[in-house]
Amino acid sequence: MPASAFLEIGVYFLLILALTRPVGVYLRRVFAGERTLLDPVLGPLERLVYRVAGVDPRKEQGWKGYATAILVFSVAGVLGVYAVERLQALLPLDPDRLPAVPPVLAWSTAVSFVTNTNWQAYSGEATMSYLTQMAALALHNFLSAATGIAVAVAVIRGIARAEAKTIGSFWVDLTRATLYVLLPISFVSAVVLMSQGVVQSFAPAAKVTTLSGAAQTIPLGPVASQEAIKELGTNGGGFFNANSSHPYENPSPATNLLEMLLIFAVPAGLTHTLGSMTGKPRHGWAVFWAMSLLFLAGAGVCARAETRGNPIHQALGVDAAAGNMEGKEVRFGPVDTALFATVTTDASCGAVNGMHDSFTPLGGLVPLVNIQLGEVVFGGVGAGLYGIFVFVVLAVFIAGLMVGRTPEYLGKKVEGGEVKLAMLSVLVPTFCILVGSAAAVVSKAGLSSLANAGPHGLSEALYAFTSAAGNNGSAFAGLNANTGFYDVLLALAMFAGRFLVIVPILGMAGSLAAKKRLAESAGTFPVDGPLFTFLLAGVIVVVGALTFFPVLSLGPAVEQLLMAAGRTF
Amino acid sequence: MSKHAEIRLLDRALLARAAADSVRKLHPRHMVHNPVLFVVEAGAVLATLALLGVGTRGSLSFQLQVVLWLWATVLFANFAEAVAEGRGKAQADALRRTKTDTVARRLVGAAGDEEQVGSTELRRGDRVVVEAGQAIPGDGTVVEGIASVDESAITGESAPVIREAGGDRSAVTGGTKVLSDRIVVEITSEPGSTFLDRMIRLVEGAERQKTPNEIALDILLAGLTIVFLLATVTLRPFALYSGGDVSPTVLVALLVCLIPTTIGGLLSAIGIAGMDRVLRHNVLAMSGRAVEAAGDVNVLLLDKTGTITLGNRQASQLVPAPGVAERDLAELAQLASLADETPEGRSIVVLAKERFGLRGRELRELKARFVPFTARTRMSGLDFEGGRKVRKGAADAVDGFVKAAGGHLPEEVRRDVARIAGEGGTPLVVADGGRVAGTIYLKDVVKGGMRERFDRLRAMGIRTVMITGDNPLTAASIAREAGVDDFLAEAKPEDKLALIRKEQAGGNLVAMTGDGTNDAPALAQADVGMAMNTGTQAAKEAGNMVDLDSNPTKLIEVVEIGKQLLMTRGALTTFSISNDVAKYFAIIPALFVATYPQLEALNVMKLATPESAILSAVVFNALVIVALIPLALRGVSYRPLGAGRILRRNLLIYGVGGLVAPFVGIKLIDLLLVALRLA
Amino acid sequence: MKDHLLVSVRLLVVFTLLLGVAYPVAVWGVGRLAFPYAASGSFLRKDGRAVGSELIGQAVTAPGLFRPRPSAAGSGYDGTASGGSNLGPTSKALADRIAAEVARARAENPGAPGPVPADAVTASGSGLDPHVSPAFALWQVPRVAKESGIPAADLERMVAARTEGRFLGLFGEPRVNVLLLNLDVLSRSGRRR
Repeated sequence: MPASAFLEIGVYFLLILALTRPVGVYLRRVFAGERTLLDPVLGPLERLVYRVAGVDPRKEQGWKGYATAILVFSVAGVLGVYAVERLQALLPLDPDRLPAVPPVLAWSTAVSFVTNTNWQAYSGEATMSYLTQMAALALHNFLSAATGIAVAVAVIRGIARAEAKTIGSFWVDLTRATLYVLLPISFVSAVVLMSQGVVQSFAPAAKVTTLSGAAQTIPLGPVASQEAIKELGTNGGGFFNANSSHPYENPSPATNLLEMLLIFAVPAGLTHTLGSMTGKPRHGWAVFWAMSLLFLAGAGVCARAETRGNPIHQALGVDAAAGNMEGKEVRFGPVDTALFATVTTDASCGAVNGMHDSFTPLGGLVPLVNIQLGEVVFGGVGAGLYGIFVFVVLAVFIAGLMVGRTPEYLGKKVEGGEVKLAMLSVLVPTFCILVGSAAAVVSKAGLSSLANAGPHGLSEALYAFTSAAGNNGSAFAGLNANTGFYDVLLALAMFAGRFLVIVPILGMAGSLAAKKRLAESAGTFPVDGPLFTFLLAGVIVVVGALTFFPVLSLGPAVEQLLMAAGRTF
Repeated sequence: MSKHAEIRLLDRALLARAAADSVRKLHPRHMVHNPVLFVVEAGAVLATLALLGVGTRGSLSFQLQVVLWLWATVLFANFAEAVAEGRGKAQADALRRTKTDTVARRLVGAAGDEEQVGSTELRRGDRVVVEAGQAIPGDGTVVEGIASVDESAITGESAPVIREAGGDRSAVTGGTKVLSDRIVVEITSEPGSTFLDRMIRLVEGAERQKTPNEIALDILLAGLTIVFLLATVTLRPFALYSGGDVSPTVLVALLVCLIPTTIGGLLSAIGIAGMDRVLRHNVLAMSGRAVEAAGDVNVLLLDKTGTITLGNRQASQLVPAPGVAERDLAELAQLASLADETPEGRSIVVLAKERFGLRGRELRELKARFVPFTARTRMSGLDFEGGRKVRKGAADAVDGFVKAAGGHLPEEVRRDVARIAGEGGTPLVVADGGRVAGTIYLKDVVKGGMRERFDRLRAMGIRTVMITGDNPLTAASIAREAGVDDFLAEAKPEDKLALIRKEQAGGNLVAMTGDGTNDAPALAQADVGMAMNTGTQAAKEAGNMVDLDSNPTKLIEVVEIGKQLLMTRGALTTFSISNDVAKYFAIIPALFVATYPQLEALNVMKLATPESAILSAVVFNALVIVALIPLALRGVSYRPLGAGRILRRNLLIYGVGGLVAPFVGIKLIDLLLVALRLA
Repeated sequence: MKDHLLVSVRLLVVFTLLLGVAYPVAVWGVGRLAFPYAASGSFLRKDGRAVGSELIGQAVTAPGLFRPRPSAAGSGYDGTASGGSNLGPTSKALADRIAAEVARARAENPGAPGPVPADAVTASGSGLDPHVSPAFALWQVPRVAKESGIPAADLERMVAARTEGRFLGLFGEPRVNVLLLNLDVLSRSGRRR
C-alpha cells in the first residue's frame, strides 16, 4: 500500500477530528434549546411548524411517550411513502412516465427509507418518479435521520439527568434536528455538489447521439438536493442504481471527500455533544477515540486489500499496480473506494462509490464486519451514538465489576434492567442476521437470487441481512433482492433492526434518567482516558467477533484463502 | 482471624460431601436456575442421545469422550457450588448441635409464678427466668438482674460477657449460657426465627437469594448464551451451503465451549464464598446484597470512642503548678491513682513510672485508704493516717476541695485546665490538701494503625467520617491525629441519621456501625449497617450485619470483602469471554478443514487432528472450571488502589491472560491427548 | 396515541412541503442561476448537437478514438441501467470475462507496451465511468496513432493535457476524461483532414 494511502486516510481523519468539536457544540446548543446563529431565520419557521402540527414545545415526554411518538410517526411515514410510490403515475413530476411501483417492492422500499436503511431493491432511475424521489424518499432521508439524532439526544439526556421522569420531546427534537442541523448543512452541501457537476434538474432524461453515433439516454433528476442529505443523514439511498459511484452523484475526488465528511460529521460531533451535555467532555473524547481506533484499523485493512488486488486476475496478465479495479471508478481508485466503503459502513450510511460485491474478500470483510459490530464506529446519525451507548453499558458492566463496585456509568448504577435491554438490542440484529442468512442459503428462494457461487454467495446473503438489520443499505449488490423472499424478510429485518433496537435503548435512557446520581470517588470506574478507550474498542470487537466468527470464516475468510490459492467458483 | 476458621478450605470430608452433592445437583429442577449450565446439561443429554442413537458418524471413541467431558463440565460446575456451600453446611451442623430444646421457666401472672415450658413454645413478650448453669431459651432482653453469659456458641469467643437490665448491654441470644447470677429475660423472637435459627439458615445458604448484581450478571450470561446458540445453530445451514456438514455432537461441543461456562459454573460459588469469608471474620451478613453494598460504600461513619480511639483516656503529660517540681506532681499523681483500677488511673501510674522511675507502692505500707471516684465528688485519691488527703479530679471539684482545706486554685492552673480542654484532652487537677500540685493531661489515644487503614480506604475512594460527642475543637484534633477525612462533633443520635440522609442525597453509599437502641434508625437507614453483637436487640434487627466480635473497625474488612467479591465476578466473566477467541481458532478450522483445506491456515495452534482439536477445547473448557475453584472461593487478590489502577491490573491479568491462556492450555491438552492416543 | 397520530400526520404534511418540495426547488433555483452547465448535466456539444455528458462515459466503437473501460451498465454504457458487474473476486465468470477482455485488448492494441492496465479489463462500479487511467490512455496511443494518423508523440501530449491530478495532491487518482480526449482527437484529425 503506497504511503499516500496512509496519508490520505490520515488527512481525512484529521478533518473529522477538526469538525468534531464545532459540530458537537452546535448540536448541544440546538438540543439544549440554547440560541444559535440561525435563530433569526429558523426561529419563526420552527414556531410555524409547531403551530401547524399542534405541538406544545414545552411539553416533554417520558421514554414510553417518546418511543410511542417515534413508532407512530414512523408507521405513518411508511404508509405515506407507500402511497406516493403506488400513486406516482397519477402524480406530477413524472416526466419519464414511470408506472406505479409494484406493491411488495413499494412496501419494502417504504420501510427501507423510514428506517434509515435505504436498501434499494430497485434501480432508481428506472423505477421512481422525480416526485417520489423528492417528496417521499428524500423526505425520509431527512426525517429518519432526524429521528436517529432525536433518539441519541434523548439517550444523552437520560444519562445527564437524574431522578427525572422525562427525556425530552420527540416532536421538538425531530423538528430542531431537521431545521437547525440537517436542512442548512444539506442546502449548502447541495450547492457545492452542483458546482462540481451533480445534477439538479426536473427535465426528462436527455437523449444524445454519441461520438460513435449511437443513441444514449442519460437520466436526470433532482439529484444534488438528495445527494447532500443522503450522506449527511447517513441514509445512503442513491438517486441512481449505481449510487455514489454514478458520476452524476459523485463526479470527482473533491465531491467524494465532501460526501465522506458529511457522513461522519454529525456522528463524530455527537460524541462531543455526549461529553458536553453530561459535563464529562473527557468521556466524550474517550468514546471518540475508541471509534477512531476501529475506523483507522478498518480503513487500513480495506485499503491494503484493495490496493494489493486480485492474484487470480493478475495471473491473467492484468497489471497489478492499480490494485483491484473491478467495480471501481478510475477517479477514485482502490484507496478512495476502500475509504468510502469503510466510512459508509462504519456509519449506517450505505452509500457506495464502488461495488462492494467485487471487493477482494478481505476488503469486503471490512464493510461487512463494520456493520456487524453494530455500526458504532461513529455510526449512523444518532444511531451510532445510541448504538455505542449499548456497548458502553456492557463494557461498564463487565469491566466495572473488576474495580470492586457494582457497575455504574457516569454516576448511574447499571443493573439488571439495563443489562436486559442492552442484551435485547444486541440480540435483535444478531438474530436477524444469522437466522435470515441461514434461511437464505438453504432455501431455494434464497439461493436463486445469489449472483456468485462458493463462499462469495454466502457472503452475499450474509451481507444482505447484515445490511438490512444494521439499517445500512449498502449491498453485495449482485444479489437480486427484488424477490418476494428478500423483499419481505429484509423489510422485517430492517424494521426489527431499527425499532426493536431503538425502543429498548430508549427504555435504558428512561431508566437511567430516573435513577439518582451517585457521587464520584477514587473508587469510581473511570470512563475516560486511554484505558477506557481500549476497553470499549475491545468489547465491541470481541462481542462482534465472537458472534460472527463462524459464518465469517465460511464466507470472506475462507474466500481470501481460496483466492490466494487461485480457486474460482 | 476468627475462631470459626477451623473448617479448612479444602477438607477431605467436605470434598467427599461436595462430590456427592454435585451429582445430586444434576436434577434439571436445580439446573434451571443457572441458564448457562442448563444449556450445557441439555447439550450433554443431546450428545448422549446422539451417541446412543443410530445417526452417529465419525469415531465412536471421539464421540464418547466428548460426551463424557460435557457431563464432566456440568459436574465440575456443580462441584464448585457444592464446595462453596460445604463449609457453610458444616458450620450450620455445628450450630444446630448447640440448639437443643431447653426447658424454659416462664413467668405467669404478676405474682411471679413460674411454669415449665419447652423453649419452642415461647412467644414474643413472654418472660423467663434463667439462672447460673442454664441455657437461655430464646432471644430476648434482660429486664431484671445482671449475669455473666457464655456466648461462645454464637461468637466462638470463650470469655464470658456481662449482660444486665437496662442500657445497651441488655440483649441475650438464645442458645447461650448463663454462668452466674439470675436474670429475667423478655423474649423478643417467635419460635423458629431466633437469631440462632437465622444464623443457621444464613450459613447454610438456605435463604440465599440472588443479589441484584448476580441477577444482572445472569441476564448478561443468558444473553451471551443466546448469542452463541444462534451462532452455533445457524452454523449447520452455513456448513450445508458450503458443501460440508457438522454433527450434532460437534455442534454441542462448540456451543458448550463458547457459552460462558467458566463464570456460569463459578458464579454462585463466588457469592457463597464471599458470604463465607465475611462469616470467617465473625460477621454475620443478613444477605448477600449487604456484602455487595459494602463493596459500593464510599462513606464510612465511625464512632470515635472504641472504634478510632481506644475508648479510654490516658495520661500523656504532667503540667505542674507554679512552684511545683514536675517530679513532685508525678509522685502525687501516682499516689492519688495507686488504687485506681480504671484505665485512666492505671495510665497515670504508668506515666509516672516511665517519666521518673517512680515505682508503685502498696497502700498498706503507706497506711492510706483509697477514696474511689463517685459521681458526687468527681474525685478520687488517698486518705492517709494522720489526715493527709491527696486528690485528683475535675478542676471545679478539686477547686472546692482545696478551698475547704484553705487553699485556692492558682490562676495558672486554671489556664492550663482551659488549654487542655481546648485541645481535646481531659484535665485532671491534683491537690495535696490545700495545695494544688498541677494538672494531668489525659488524652484520647488513637488506636495503632488507624491512619494507615484510613489511607487505604481513601485510596479505594472511601471517605471516613468520625462521629463524636466531643466539642468541635476536640473532635478536630482527634480527627487530625487519626487521619479521618471529616468529623461530626457534638453528635446526638438523631444527627447520625441526618448525616446519613445528607450523604445519601449527595449520591453516596454509607456504612456505619452501632450498638445502642438509639442507633437503630441510623443503622436501618445506612446502606450497610453493622450492629455489634453486644448491642441491643433493636440495633441488631435494624442493621444488615452483625459483628459477633463487636469490633467496629471490622467494617473495613467487610468493605474489602465486598469489593473482592465483585472483582472476582468481573474478573472471571472477563476471563470466560476472552477464552472464546482461542476456542474458535481450535474448533472452526477443525470443523471445516475437510470442506476447505485452506482453512488449515486458521489452525494457528497446529493442533494434531480435527478431533483432537475439538476434544482439547472441550477438555480445556471443563478443566478450567476446576482450576479456578480455589480462585472463586478465595477471591481475586485485592489491593487498595484507585479504580483506574485496579482496572488496568485486572484487565491485564484476566482479559489479556484470558485471551492467551487457552491457546497454551488447548495446545498442551492436544499434545497430551495425542501422546495418550486418545485422539 | 390519537394525539401522536394527529401530530405525525400534520408534521409529515408540513415537512413534505418544506423538505420534499421547497428544498429541492430552492436548490434547483440556485443551480439554474449559479451553475447552469454543471447543474443541468454537463452536456457537451459538437457541431451544435449534444454528443454526451462530460461526466457520463459512452461506448466508443469508431476507429481512431480512445476506448473507455468495459461497462456492465446494460449492454455497455447504458445510462438507464447504471451499475457494476457485481462479480466477486473468486467468480469464475469474472475471471473468464477478464481473460477475454485481456485477449481482446491485446488483439486490439498489438503494439501496446507492458501488462494490460487494470482499468482496461475491469468494469467500473457505475458502468458509466467517464475516465480511464493515464496508463490505459497511453497504452492505447500506438493503436490510436495508427488508426487516426496523429503522431504518437502528439497523442501523448494530448493525453497529458487531459490528465487531471489528485484533489489536493492526495485524494482520488490521476485520470483522463475519454470523451474530452476523443473530442480533442476528432478536432485535431478534423483540422488535418
